[in-house]
Amino acid sequence: MSMNRQETEQLIQEVLEVYPEATGKQRAKHLMANDPTLEKSNKCIVANKKALPGVMTARGCAYAGAKGVVWGPVKDVANISHGPVGCGQFSRAGRRNYITGHSGVNIFGDMNFTSDFQEKDVVFGGDKKLAKLIAEIDTLFPLAKGVTVQSECPIGLIGDDIEAVAKKSAKEIGKPVVPVRCEGFRGVSQSLGHHVANDSLRDWVLHTRDDDNSFESTPYDVAITGDYNIGGDAWSSRVLIEEMGLRVIAQWSGDGSIPEMQTTRHAKLNLLHCYRSMNYISRHLEEKYGIPYLEYNFFGPTQIAASLRKIAAHFDSTIQDNAERVIARHQPIMDGLIAKYRPRLEGRRVMLFVGGLRPRHVIGAYEDLGMEIIGAGYEFAHNDDYDRTFKELQDGALIYDDATSFELESFVERLKPDLIGSGIKEKYVFHKMGIPFRQMHSWDYSGPYHGYDGFAIFARDMDMTINNPCWKNMQAPWKRAGAEALKSAA
Amino acid sequence: MAIRQCAIYGKGGIGKSTTTQNLVAGLAAEGKKIMIVGCDPKADSTRLILHAKAQNTIMEMAAEAGTVEDLELDEVLKVGYGGIRCVESGGPEPGVGCAGRGVITAINFLEEEGAYEEDLDFVFYDVLGDVVCGGFAMPIREGKAQEIYIVVSGEMMAMYAANNIAKGICKYASSGKVRLAGLICNSRKTDKESELIEALAAKMGTQMIHFVPRDNVVQRAEIRRMTVIEYDPAAKQAEEYRTLARKIVDNKKFVIPKPLTMDELEELLMEFGIMDEEDESIIGKTAAAEAVLAVA
Repeated sequence: MSMNRQETEQLIQEVLEVYPEATGKQRAKHLMANDPTLEKSNKCIVANKKALPGVMTARGCAYAGAKGVVWGPVKDVANISHGPVGCGQFSRAGRRNYITGHSGVNIFGDMNFTSDFQEKDVVFGGDKKLAKLIAEIDTLFPLAKGVTVQSECPIGLIGDDIEAVAKKSAKEIGKPVVPVRCEGFRGVSQSLGHHVANDSLRDWVLHTRDDDNSFESTPYDVAITGDYNIGGDAWSSRVLIEEMGLRVIAQWSGDGSIPEMQTTRHAKLNLLHCYRSMNYISRHLEEKYGIPYLEYNFFGPTQIAASLRKIAAHFDSTIQDNAERVIARHQPIMDGLIAKYRPRLEGRRVMLFVGGLRPRHVIGAYEDLGMEIIGAGYEFAHNDDYDRTFKELQDGALIYDDATSFELESFVERLKPDLIGSGIKEKYVFHKMGIPFRQMHSWDYSGPYHGYDGFAIFARDMDMTINNPCWKNMQAPWKRAGAEALKSAA
Repeated sequence: MAIRQCAIYGKGGIGKSTTTQNLVAGLAAEGKKIMIVGCDPKADSTRLILHAKAQNTIMEMAAEAGTVEDLELDEVLKVGYGGIRCVESGGPEPGVGCAGRGVITAINFLEEEGAYEEDLDFVFYDVLGDVVCGGFAMPIREGKAQEIYIVVSGEMMAMYAANNIAKGICKYASSGKVRLAGLICNSRKTDKESELIEALAAKMGTQMIHFVPRDNVVQRAEIRRMTVIEYDPAAKQAEEYRTLARKIVDNKKFVIPKPLTMDELEELLMEFGIMDEEDESIIGKTAAAEAVLAVA
């Protein structure tokens, strides 16, 4: 059974007791019991603050946010990791942002471009090497539509003037060259990297074809932002939007491209999926080009139907009728899926700990399967994310911001959920505790989970994880009843 | 005998490089075996010994070779007057890169390549004026220079800088064997200069190891890219540097400095008439405001 608010608060107190006083006092501000009536989170939870020394945090760095999250999925740019080789190499092609094309011809996301800093580059500066590298990329990969310079830590220390290099190089190669000041030591998590990357898009890409009006727009043009096409998510979303008669003219940034970004300004509506990582550019699109943005959610049939209607409401009755037709076409299929999986998953309790959007976005999909979210937390959310979370979660649910590994494990030990949805760093800890687990960053090498098509896969995955026969074998054979008999038989 | 490693610090332009090279030449004249490690991207710590404009620096050669690992010691270590071994760390031109990292890389290179040979009596590090970052403190980290000499003059800013450097030394002295070994007064012919520096040294718990008077022969020698010791060994100034050298050889006064507070330092400066008593009523007043007050 889920806990009420008092019980949850009691649990938080008990877990905090282990900490030294100062740490406990700080961490207490990041933990709370949900109250769905709350509108604003700023008085009840602290978010986006530096992780404390001595704890294990799941967070990444600004470079991870800029290079990995926002820029990485753009398929036709060469992202240079400017600095020593490691950051680029270990973040190369590891994220499941699907792209179409031919590697090295028109897609470049699976390669590692780096200035491979040596001692001499730190001492003498890397500007000249960077300029040379950009020229080489242009020669070797003429179809690349642009180059980005993703700053690793040393760049911020030695003061390389990457903006000056970018300006000069952009002129020379005739394509956008984008300096991104995402040095890893900046900010408290990858979240700052999202912001920095958004700003770089605003300052160096978005307006670069504003004087070109050859694009033929229609009243039904929309853009998708904040979908990174994990396991094909953007594709399974896009088909629905197109099915209702809208034209997707840009997709940010999963399977996205520089030309799409440059034509985004022609969109009539901006559909924003990951608010956390792309609210910045969405606000800019609204302020500068008057394109309103709409936050939508394509996890699970209930949320999908609501979102489709919300999107359609921005257009004429044709689109609105289409939306109803789309829903009507898919709903029986969804009902069939739910009839199949719900009995196997009904009442199962889930704890989530993901990045900045999914802990609130996937709740509906679980609920469609009759499952219950008893705890949810974000690695790098801000207060506006919590504002959006309270009403999605049931009363008394446990909320944890930037949970430490100790807290997460303690909560799990106490709450004994039937499923945990988090990342690779958490996965095997909970497997060893004998608890079914799904990676909710990478979809555990599955997906897509967005859209109606995605829900079919989501439902199947949750079922095969929770109802996997392996969980019946968590006890060692010699500890099982009858083990003695087996022994004597042998 | 163990190698004595000394680092020379002091305000920019105070004459560290000139003093170091003349003093080292003085030590060499006494038969000591010495290495100078220039820790300044300007790379002018060895030119008087080598009669060169500027020697090839470790970082410059490393950049040319590709990496510092591809570099050989004999490509960067040159021997000059009196058998003095000379290396320069080198570094970037102003405004780019990281000169501090250059010092770290260079000193690591020297250690790995065995530049600190057993037969050396002294190693002198001639370090950039201000210890602006960790790189320029490299020469005084664990296992490097343990004696620090600060070049100073009777000018106010030089003394401020000396006191700041002493603060830096405290950090390393409290955890290791680094000690302040004395102030070298490189005279600018200010009033009561010798007494002032002696008083400053006393307050800091150290000594003014020598007062080097100002003499144009230093400049005459420098034009010839020579130390005074080599250019004109009979000159009075040559004897000054030899005296300084002998004092350093015999020096036993190694202390953890007691840097002055700003108030104490200002008091000392006022005592010697270098600074006037502060008039707090004028702080933050523009000329216009003062004019109004004067009328009233």
